Amino acid sequence: MATERYSFSLTTFSPSGKLVQIEYALAAVAAGAPSVGIKASNGVVIATENKHKSILYDEHSVNKVEMITSHIGMVYSGMGPDYRLLVKQARKMAQQYFLVYKEPIPTVQLVQRVAAVMQEYTQSGGVRPFGVSLLICGWDNNRPYLFQCDPSGAYFAWKATAMGKNFINGKTFLEKRYSEDLELDDAVHTAILTLKESFEGQMTADNIEVGICDQTGFKRLDPSNVKDYLANIP
Amino acid sequence: MSILSYNGSAMVAMKGKNCVAIATDKRFGIQAQTISMDFPKVFQMGPHLFIGLPGLATDTQTVMEKLRFRKNLYELKENRHITPTVFASLVSNMLYEKRFGPFFVEPVIAGLDSKTGEPFVCNMDLIGCPNAPEDFVVGGTASAQLYGMCESLWEPDLGPDDLFETISQALINAFDRDAISGWGATVYIIEKDKITTKELKTRMD
Repeated sequence: MATERYSFSLTTFSPSGKLVQIEYALAAVAAGAPSVGIKASNGVVIATENKHKSILYDEHSVNKVEMITSHIGMVYSGMGPDYRLLVKQARKMAQQYFLVYKEPIPTVQLVQRVAAVMQEYTQSGGVRPFGVSLLICGWDNNRPYLFQCDPSGAYFAWKATAMGKNFINGKTFLEKRYSEDLELDDAVHTAILTLKESFEGQMTADNIEVGICDQTGFKRLDPSNVKDYLANIP
Repeated sequence: MSILSYNGSAMVAMKGKNCVAIATDKRFGIQAQTISMDFPKVFQMGPHLFIGLPGLATDTQTVMEKLRFRKNLYELKENRHITPTVFASLVSNMLYEKRFGPFFVEPVIAGLDSKTGEPFVCNMDLIGCPNAPEDFVVGGTASAQLYGMCESLWEPDLGPDDLFETISQALINAFDRDAISGWGATVYIIEKDKITTKELKTRMD
């Protein structure tokens, strides 16, 4: 098949101008667990599904929502191992910035640097693109930030967005639900509702993860805390 | 003799009320032999930010160029002016990178924070140990004399005019007691909406 000729080399354009490996990476993301992010007036929330295949799995010992610095957090859709590498790099870049400037890294700067790493993996030899899209949330300049980083190295600033499985439905849902003057608590509520749209089975505090970021910094919500939000959901 | 006192220099920065000042001598010499009397050692790094680099003249120029390079990259990357505190960290970090083969300069930084307008002065040793006190900082071969002058002349909350008088007297009377600095001076007074540069005529012997 003609397209197969361009399927393996990362750096070869197909005649139609596509880099198919990058498209496959995006497909890997679209097949991954859903995650959502919503910016509120006084903070930002990120949330994701964390479903387990077996009841024997020990929940809450491996997390998908991770802190990068005290004011920046991150979550992903796609491949877990790839994500951990990016988390490690992001943390390192944040600390390197702090070491030089004695000032916490602005969210925009971190996003640019993480995106640069992801871009590098689309143009280097012997590597493959990352099979993840990231949602990076942060608080600086006295306002919230929410970014998405794709395997291609492209990044977007969102008011609210969804990624992973059923992301189109998630986005449509958010378009209906989103308003500019949302408060953080309502945003958490909406984020959980968005996940619930495509959730198969019973949603509990053990199979979703939520992180919030406001002027006090970033934190991953405790299961008990998530439970309170779930109690308000019909 | 230390290489830090090969060319000779005197520099001082002082805080005032909503203003800061930085003053420098203009001599460039080779030990006791004076070569030039208008050698620049203080450089503007932003709308309200100056850095003075007393020490070995060749390193003064190299360090200035390297700092300008890093500052320009920062401003392009972040799309904003660098603040004095961040700039000081940048200088400190750059100097410590050469911990075991340092540049022979002892930077003096003066500026106003672009947002708050807060005055900021800071100096460093040649490997970038920062010192940002509430009153004044000094540097160069006349630093001992400058400390003495500043300790007796400086007072808190000086306005721009009084600050100019204070810093000028401190600098002139300090470098007149140092054989390898002086030969004219330049004073920069930094206020929120105005920067005043004044050239001082001083003893030439």
